[in-house]
Amino acid sequence: MIGKSVPRVDAYDKVTGRAKFTDDLVPANCLVAKIYHAKIGNGIVKSIDTSKAEALDGVVKVVTFKDVPNHCYPTPGHPWSVELAHQDVADRNILTGRVRYYGDDIAAVVAEDEITAQRALRLIEVEYEEYPVEIHPRKSMYGSKPPIHLDKKDNVLVRSNYFIGNVEEGLKESETVIKRSYKTPIVQHCHIENPISCAYMENGRIIVVTSTQIPHIVRRVIGQALGIPWGKIRVIKPYIGGGFGNKQDVLYEPLNAFLTTQIGGRPVKLDITREETFCNTRTRHSIEYDLTAGVDSEGHLLAKDMLAISNQGAYASHGHAIAANGLTAWRLQYACPNIKGEAYTVYTNTPVGGAMRGYGIPQVCFAIECFMDDIAKEIGMDPLEFRKKNLIKGYYEDAYLKPIAANTNGIFECLKKGADYIHWEEKRKEYTNQTGNIRRGVGMSLFSYKTGVWPISLEIAGARMTLNQDGSVGLMLGATEIGQGADTVFSQMTAEILNMDISDVHIQTVQDTDVTPFDTGAYASRQSFVTGTVVKDCANLLKEKILAYAKELLPEETRKLRLDHGWIMAGKDPAISLGNLALESYYSLGNSSVITAEVSEQVKKNTIATGCCFAEVEVDIKLGKIKILHIINVHDSGKLINPKLAEMQVQGGMSMGMGYGLSEQLILDEKTGRPLNGTLLDYKLMTMMDTPDIKADFVELDDPVGPFGNKALGEPPAIPGAPAIRNAVLHATGVAFNENPLTPQRLIDGFMRAGLI
Amino acid sequence: MYDIENYYQAESVKDAVRLLNEHPDARFISGGSDVLIKIREGKFAGTSLVSIHGLKEIQGVKMADNGDIYIGAGTVFSHITNDAIIRKYIPVLGEAVDQVGGPQVRNIGTIGGNICNGAVSADSAPTVFSLNALLRLEDGKEGRLVPVKDFYLGPGRVDLRQGEILTYVIIPAKEYEGYHGHYIKYSMRNAMDIATISCSVVSKVDQQAGVIEDVRITFGVAAPVPYRCTKAEEALKGMKIEESLYEKTAQLIREEINPRDSWRASRAFRLQIGGEIAARALRRTVELAGGDRI
Repeated sequence: MIGKSVPRVDAYDKVTGRAKFTDDLVPANCLVAKIYHAKIGNGIVKSIDTSKAEALDGVVKVVTFKDVPNHCYPTPGHPWSVELAHQDVADRNILTGRVRYYGDDIAAVVAEDEITAQRALRLIEVEYEEYPVEIHPRKSMYGSKPPIHLDKKDNVLVRSNYFIGNVEEGLKESETVIKRSYKTPIVQHCHIENPISCAYMENGRIIVVTSTQIPHIVRRVIGQALGIPWGKIRVIKPYIGGGFGNKQDVLYEPLNAFLTTQIGGRPVKLDITREETFCNTRTRHSIEYDLTAGVDSEGHLLAKDMLAISNQGAYASHGHAIAANGLTAWRLQYACPNIKGEAYTVYTNTPVGGAMRGYGIPQVCFAIECFMDDIAKEIGMDPLEFRKKNLIKGYYEDAYLKPIAANTNGIFECLKKGADYIHWEEKRKEYTNQTGNIRRGVGMSLFSYKTGVWPISLEIAGARMTLNQDGSVGLMLGATEIGQGADTVFSQMTAEILNMDISDVHIQTVQDTDVTPFDTGAYASRQSFVTGTVVKDCANLLKEKILAYAKELLPEETRKLRLDHGWIMAGKDPAISLGNLALESYYSLGNSSVITAEVSEQVKKNTIATGCCFAEVEVDIKLGKIKILHIINVHDSGKLINPKLAEMQVQGGMSMGMGYGLSEQLILDEKTGRPLNGTLLDYKLMTMMDTPDIKADFVELDDPVGPFGNKALGEPPAIPGAPAIRNAVLHATGVAFNENPLTPQRLIDGFMRAGLI
Repeated sequence: MYDIENYYQAESVKDAVRLLNEHPDARFISGGSDVLIKIREGKFAGTSLVSIHGLKEIQGVKMADNGDIYIGAGTVFSHITNDAIIRKYIPVLGEAVDQVGGPQVRNIGTIGGNICNGAVSADSAPTVFSLNALLRLEDGKEGRLVPVKDFYLGPGRVDLRQGEILTYVIIPAKEYEGYHGHYIKYSMRNAMDIATISCSVVSKVDQQAGVIEDVRITFGVAAPVPYRCTKAEEALKGMKIEESLYEKTAQLIREEINPRDSWRASRAFRLQIGGEIAARALRRTVELAGGDRI
């Protein structure tokens, strides 16, 4: 069962439209909520008049920042920490009169229908006192008057650093020292389904049905935000239309939970628009990097130094964890005796940075892998050779965070596959010294990625299995299906251990915090690894219980028992069918006890996945256009549970990587911090017409730490694309672009500066 | 949900004019691909609509005895692209409107709506300008005939008076006979996008002399309204067809167009691209005329 491309367990329901999403579960009498967003980028609300909105026929309730609890709460989808020092920064109110970015949430309207709610918003009158807007972290980090949050006078949320060896000495010994700066843009997840929730009350408790990756965390944060016991809240998560990390944050669920308490528990739907999703949910942090490296005469890295400055935006959300994750990656994978890393995460008056697929690694990978090519160019070495010379072969472990380690390391096999596919050696030669307007190039990049968050944060998962009357198995997990295929691979794992058909495993896709086992949710490419470990343990426990019960039913002399596709086998002979055994367990007048297994356990493991991207591009210099001719990602994610699903995961990630490389960026107005292109027309997500054939390949090493030899694959596919494309353009044209995406505007500017136009 | 106050379905052009006169604060809706967006954005929130969607009398393409081509204002883009008359006589227009958005929009958006919306980025606009199209407007009385170049007044503003409806886009025979055209839409992606800058070139080649006999070059998004590069056109007429023709074209265009800086693209960028796409479009028209022997 493991390693087979079984069809997704939710395929038919999703394709036929039968699968239920949040909006399908909204009751018929549901009210509609809309949010009033600030129309300035920094300042305070001097006065707010909602009387006209309240007087509008069909308006049920208007609440403002004056009505909400005045304590702050955190929003990121991290496990709660029992240690105060490790708790997330609590810097948000449900609504605010202190506007910290353009679009901040000031008030909300609940009305009988959407149009009435929209009309009511237009009747709210607000007066502001404005403060200067600062959208650049390099300026904001010297402080502002007043600071964006009072407890951070210099607007620096966190600074962190580390030293390995002695960088200054290493640079002195180096033959060549290279310094470069790189910058990545703010991008947005662009999941198909906008964040949506429906909240209502039953028996004095609040129920929130929501499109989230993290139902158990949402429950906790609603409790924190409203200041009520966590048990008073029940969160239900049906199928969701993608998340990519945006829904690994608690977005508007606390507001919606609050609203239903203000209207006697009536159901209220809060379905935000695409424009609000761009401006008011979360984004990928823009990070600026200053890098320095020294190499010896043979091209060995002797020292390297990174300064990273991350633009947090107006609220902490996942905060410094993003930049810090990149800082950790800086010391992995490439051998170097002297390493220095320093990172700042800085509040600014911009939309909020949060979790997004790759969690800081697409940013740092862009910087590192552009830098690797730039160093190779500087010392006149083939960039692939330069990397091979410096990459660690085989096992390595992180200098600080144990047990993070590359327990298996397939990077060299990945590089070979990628180079062969793209015809690296021939094309590197063929495309040197081109002239003319159309030029081609090949480029590559590579990455490493941890699996889950241990030991930086808690890893815990829960599973429950029940043997049904017919011998099938019910499977309940706190881990979430968010489109990645989690339900399918967990069903495969269960079927594998119990040696049964996958059609006899019935997974409950909906998470309901009243019912489902505890798990922190879908993020950090953790579920097939962490939850997978627990599914394996739970299935083994269920198997033991089934076989123990079988022993009671069978004559004493029966030989060793095992499960085989609906039968309890004694050696080669069928002893009793699983269905008959199950019926006995439910209805035996002498010995009935339903067979269930439940496991909740910590998983104190981590292992490093790796991979690479190779791309061939054609550049039309005078038009500033890049065409990707061929592109491949090769991943070492250990053993694949479902190769077809894995391939699809890689294709989706590569599409995201190409968008990051070529076209996606949220552009902000300098004066107000307002997104100028926060729509799907103006934010240039790639369409099918922009997408070349995408090739995905794998190196399947059996990881000793993963429950089925598997490692992270959820996020990694999105990581290496952008720098590979950038390096291919460097090869084609000789022009180094140090800021992504490589838009036509940037290309034309760069080619003009380089004298190519 | 769309915030629409009232909705009236017109049964005919005459009826549409009557409805609009009865409800002066209402506006026309045809395919809705522009109007509905503006209602959703709030710009037209609470508007009343007179629907001319589905009016057969302004749908389809026909040719008059004198060769003039009449395109009904309610004809959708995909129809124009696939229409036999368009394909035979003015394929450039069919190709241009085939670059609008995506298949769904091309099945609902109409050429009349595209023009009356007044957007400088409209994919039909540069080509109808280069074809010197005439617009037939009905008002329930005698109506009027307006050259398209006089119809665009400014960004989002056209010379459509109260109670008037655009019924036909007319391409006179003399404007297309012997001409070949090519439209280049420069946008940031290959579908679901509007033009960053666009250019439609229609030219007539004197094969024997090997020169450009006539040429018309129109830009979208290089000015507040679609912009005919008349100076460049005059300079290019009579020029020999050789490599330097295209370099000269790019240079003349960059001297003539006056695009602006915006967050979408800089002026310098638009000048570079503008010159380049005009030259490439002209080269293509010459190839289509079979005259590119160099």
